[in-house]
This record gives sequence, structure tokens and C-alpha cells, in this order.
Amino acid sequence: MAVLNEEQEMLRDMAREWATNESPVTEFRKVRASGAPEAFDRDAYGTMAEMGWAGIIIPEEHGGSDFGFLSAGLVVEELGKTLTASPLIATTLAASAIMLGGSDEQKAKWLPKLASGEAIATLAVDEGPHHDPAEIATSVSGGKLTGTKGFVAEAHGADLFVVAAKDGLYLVEKGDGVTLTTRRLTDQRSHADIAFDGAAAEKLENGGDTLLDDVLDRARVLTAAEMLGMAQIVFDTTLDYLKQRVQFNQVLSSFQALQHRMADLFADLAQMRSAVEAGLQAVDSGVGASRAAIVAKAEANRVLHTMSNEGIQLHGGIGMTDEYDIGLYLKRARVLEPAWGATGYLKNRFATLGGY
Amino acid sequence: MATQLEPEARESADVFREEARQFIADKFPQELKGKGLSMAGAEGREKETPAQKSWREAMGERGWGTPTWPKEYGGGGLSRKQAAILDEELARAGAYNPIGGMGVMMFGPTLLEYGSEAQKQEHIPPICRGEIRWCQGYSEPNAGSDLANLQTMAEDKGDHYLVNGQKTWTSGGQWADKCFAIVRTDRSDKHKGISFLLIDMDSPGVEVRPITMISGTSPFCETFFTDVKVPKENLVGEEGQGWTIGKRLLQHERTNLSGAAPGGRGGGSLADIAKKYGKVNADGTLADPVLRDRIADFEIRWTSFLHTARRAVEESKAQGGVSEISSALKKLGTKLGQERAEMTIEIMGLQGLGWEGDNFSPVELQGVRGWLYGKATTIYGGSTEIQNNVIAKRVLGMLDHQ
Repeated sequence: MAVLNEEQEMLRDMAREWATNESPVTEFRKVRASGAPEAFDRDAYGTMAEMGWAGIIIPEEHGGSDFGFLSAGLVVEELGKTLTASPLIATTLAASAIMLGGSDEQKAKWLPKLASGEAIATLAVDEGPHHDPAEIATSVSGGKLTGTKGFVAEAHGADLFVVAAKDGLYLVEKGDGVTLTTRRLTDQRSHADIAFDGAAAEKLENGGDTLLDDVLDRARVLTAAEMLGMAQIVFDTTLDYLKQRVQFNQVLSSFQALQHRMADLFADLAQMRSAVEAGLQAVDSGVGASRAAIVAKAEANRVLHTMSNEGIQLHGGIGMTDEYDIGLYLKRARVLEPAWGATGYLKNRFATLGGY
Repeated sequence: MATQLEPEARESADVFREEARQFIADKFPQELKGKGLSMAGAEGREKETPAQKSWREAMGERGWGTPTWPKEYGGGGLSRKQAAILDEELARAGAYNPIGGMGVMMFGPTLLEYGSEAQKQEHIPPICRGEIRWCQGYSEPNAGSDLANLQTMAEDKGDHYLVNGQKTWTSGGQWADKCFAIVRTDRSDKHKGISFLLIDMDSPGVEVRPITMISGTSPFCETFFTDVKVPKENLVGEEGQGWTIGKRLLQHERTNLSGAAPGGRGGGSLADIAKKYGKVNADGTLADPVLRDRIADFEIRWTSFLHTARRAVEESKAQGGVSEISSALKKLGTKLGQERAEMTIEIMGLQGLGWEGDNFSPVELQGVRGWLYGKATTIYGGSTEIQNNVIAKRVLGMLDHQ
């Protein structure tokens, strides 16, 4: 855990308490059982926004607290631990795009609403099942945006889409010319393909050539923070289980073969946490953010992949049951791995940035 | 952020930086620039050049070779922040810290914690000045991972101990002036029968035989003790406290070893080596996409290891105790170091497996020796398997069969 200041510790403790008491995994199960494509609890999100979480990165003049990404990551990590379904990450990332690229008018129009929870927003970048921001066909002509976006997270609840077109990022409000097709994935959260057919679009004119890359850096670190919370809980839950489960008249945790596997996972988790926190801090400081964000997401992918598989295996048969939570983490993990870059994509980009 | 400096603190940091810069400008011999710490630190002053000697003495006199140790024993008395500034300024000037070795890395911090006032007064200042070389008398032929099984006996003879037995893997034993050793003072209790003793290597009855390793070098020795008389005042702590003190020392050792996997550090980054020894596309990317992917994969994990090492230091400082992730540093760092050494020789092909001769560059030859020597890093200082036991039992609370 990074060394935190007092505000950050309070924020984390508050998020931990709320997630544990008000939004345990049973809450996600209720959302899942409802079958609603929106896949989150509006009242719960309202509470989160009231606590200031939707505005953590947003400047104070626009109704946020301007605490930055390390702070946002602390909250997202705690919510990841209990699989809390919400558009918090999506909205935060859309807000960051407006902060980086928006005009004063666009900021004044949207940021206060996003911070207060009155509006929900999401990023729509990729057009297929793989993250590939270099291959965008969506185009804009005369203020009308046309194209299709694939597997957009939190699309059902969104009032506003930050859409990547060939020549930059655009704001598109839900409504005419925006058609959603639900894509129900294994994590049973909100995902949809979106057909934009001449939808009214407003360009984010500022932010320069790197605007999309800068937003993707933020997407990577914040997604990695959710994955960190998940990996931590899978590890903790598995360790607890090994200490309780008795076979051969011994608790499983007394078997050295299992001890050494847990020691490996402990070391992996330490690496993941270091990488994720360094990524969040790099986005805040602006120093080396692109590389740090790649390291954060790549390590999150690697470690959560292993952790979620080992979690199932070490739980044995009970880990295969729907009643047990561990499988929910496995399914969410696999959906988050390709988000904003599967490991192969990230390694390629890391090498390119490194000049090889 | 909590880590940002207040204005006064920033000002005093600037003052210290200027002081360090001035000292280095005055004292660091330019002919040593960029050379780094040669083997002089371990092999002793016989091979020291006049320039190396003057730099060692200058740093030793100031106490800056051991910057955070107390001034009263010859240390620099600097804060961690100042020590970090000193490091930065040394690096900027192409200089290095000439005071090193086991006295600095392991024994000194332990003696400062457990030694008597007289012992600290006697032993710490010479370490700070780089005058006395220490070696470690821990492992024995039948006490490796099961270190507490050690049998070297120190028999109470009234005013002295009479020591008999054999130590092995004594790093730098052939050059050492003194040895910090764990020995048995009581056969009836495996752990409580161990004591921590300081032995002069020139005492009658001490014999050192270097061991030739697979790397062709002899960094380790066998050390034999036959009726060696050791004065009672060379006992650190109480009789029977040796296991506790000895384990504390290992914590210092493991922290220092984590990033120290040798081999293949020369020659630049893996990508640089790959460009030099392999094919490169017109756009400057590596022609072998699989190798490119593997290098990126390694560098990403190496980067997060560097973050982890830094986090362990920050957390330990903030908590005022050893951070629990410190226990993972040694196994992570040594494994990554070995992986890097393996990739280096693989990228070079057979040119990267030279044993000797003018038709291999020094970097190539060092790469081979370093790769071989690096195999020791996951064995010594508590093997990876022992580290796993420590993590499982002490950090994770996974207890053995009851």
C-alpha cells in the first residue's frame, strides 16, 4: 500500500466500510438476478455520488474534490473487492476526457452533472472484441457521427458517450441516432454494441494529438485498480479457506506444496499492487504516465489471471459452485483483461514506447 | 501528497545537496569517474590504487560511506533523505561509494542493534572507514537451509572460548580480517545453544581454502577452525542469543541481496543487446517478434519489481518496522536477475557463451561468468524455498502439520 495522506486514508476507510456493509457481493447477486441490462443499482450509485466518489478527479470549480487518480483508485479498489457494479469508473474516465479535451463550455455543462451523479457517462473507443485504438472507422461529417462501437461498458446507463472517431474524441448524448444492442458477457454487467447513425456530436477540441492516448492511460490504471481489489480478495479468501479446510486430519494450509503456491501468489500480488499504485501516481504527476499505465495494466492482467485460476483450484470443488463467490471474480477478471489492452497489445506498445 | 516537502525542508535539502556536490568536486579523483566500485572493496587494500585509497579515506573520514549510521561511531549521521541526495550527487558525478562489503551491509547494522558499547566503539568506526573486511561464518557442510543444525563448537574455557569446526561458503574469507560467526555453545538445545561470536581471521588455527565455483571464480571459501582461542569479550549479546541475532542479520542480508543478482548488467538494456546481436527492422524495431515480446514481458515485470522495492522502503519507513512485502523481495529480485542473465546469453548466441579469449568482449565474458555466478543468488542468504517457508509461516500464518 502506498504511503497515504490523511485525506486519502479517510477516503479509503470510508469506501471500505461502505463496500463491506452496504455493497457486499450479495448486492451484486441481486443486480445479476434482476437481469436488467443496465446492471447496477441506481440508488447505490446515487449514494456513491453523494459521498463524492464520482467527482474525485474533477476540479473543485466543477463540483469535484480534485483528489486525483491515486485517490480514485483507492475507492475503485475497495469496490472491486465486493464486485460492486456501478458506472463509477466509466463516468470518471469520461470526465477525464472532458477535463483534458473539453472547452470551458463543455466542462461547465458536463462535469458538475457527472460529479453529482446526475449524469452518467462512458467511453466508446473500440469497435470490436479487441482493444485496437489504431483501427477506428467511426467518422464525423457536419457534426454528425456515424459508426459502430463494440462491447461498450456501462452503455445502458449512460446519458453521454465519449466516442473515438478517426479525427478525435466527440461527445454524443443518448437519443436520436444512438442504438444499443445488449451484449451479455460472462460477468453479467452492462455491455452493449452501439450503432451511431448520424448522431449529433461535439468535438473535444483541446488536448492535442495525445488526447486519446492520455485518456487510455487513465482507463488502464483505473481498471487495474478494480482488478487489484479483486486479486486481493481472491487471495485473502483462498488463504482463509486453506486455513479452515481439513483433509487427512490436517488443515490444508499446513501442506508445504500449498504454502509455496501461496507464497508465490503473495509475491505476485505485491508486484501487482506496486505496479498499479505507481501507475495511478504517474497519471497524477504526469511523469512517464504512458509506460507506467501499461505496466500497471499488464501486471494486473498477469496476476489476476493467475490468481483467479489458482483461487478456483485451491478451493477445490466448492470453488466451482455458483453459490460460492470465487467464480464471480474469475468471470469478471476475464472480461477486464482485454479491456484497454490485453497483455499482448500492452507488451507491443511497451516495446514501441521503448524504441524496440 | 504527504511525500511533498515543506518549503523549509526543501531549503535544507538544497543546502545539503550543495554541500555534497562541493565535497565530491573536491575529493573525488577524476580518474575514477564511471569506474564504480572495483573488487578493491572485497579483495582488500593490497590491490588499491592511490586514487582509490584517497577516495576511500575521504568518504570514510566524513562517514558518508555509511551515511545513515550514527556519527558517534564514525557514521555520517545523515537522514534517509540526505543519504538519497548524496546517492544522487555521487551518481551525477560518476562517483561511487567506496565503503562496502559485509561489514556495511550486514554486520554493522546488527552490531549497532545488539552489540555492547565497547564492541560498537571497537568495530563500527573501522567499518565506516573501510579498513576492516568482515566475512560471514554461518553455513556448514551439514547446515545449509537447516542452518540451526550447525555444529561448530565454542567451548567455555574461562576467559576465552575454544572454537573447533568448519564453516563453508564463507564469502571473501581469503581476504577477510574478521569473521562474524554463529557457533554452538550448548549441544542440548538446537536454537538456544547458538551464540554469536567475532573471530579474528589471523588467529592461530584458522585455515581458509577458496572453493572454485562453476563460474571459475572463488568468491566463497571453506574455513576450518582448530583450537582457535576467542576472547570472551567477542561474544555479541548473551550466550544462547545467537540464533536471534543471526536471523536479524539475515534480514539485512536479504534486503541487500534482492536487487543484487549479478550477471548481464553490462551491455545496456536487453533491447540494446538484442539490437546489437540480432536483426533490426527499418523502423528500428526488433525483427524477431517473439524475442521482442519476451523482452517487453521481462521489462514490465522488472519495472514493477523496482516499484515493489521502493514501496518496501517507503512502507518500512512509514511504519517504523519491516514491511511485510520485504519478505518477497529476495525471491522476486533474484529470479528476475537470473531470467535476465539467461536472456542475455541467449540473445548473444554462442558469442554469449565465451569462457575466455580475445575474441570475446569483456561484456560477453562477464555475462557468462555472471550468469553462472547468479545461480547462487536463489540459494544463498536463504534459498527461494526457505523464503517461501518464511512468507507462508510468518507473513501468511500458514502453520505446519500439528
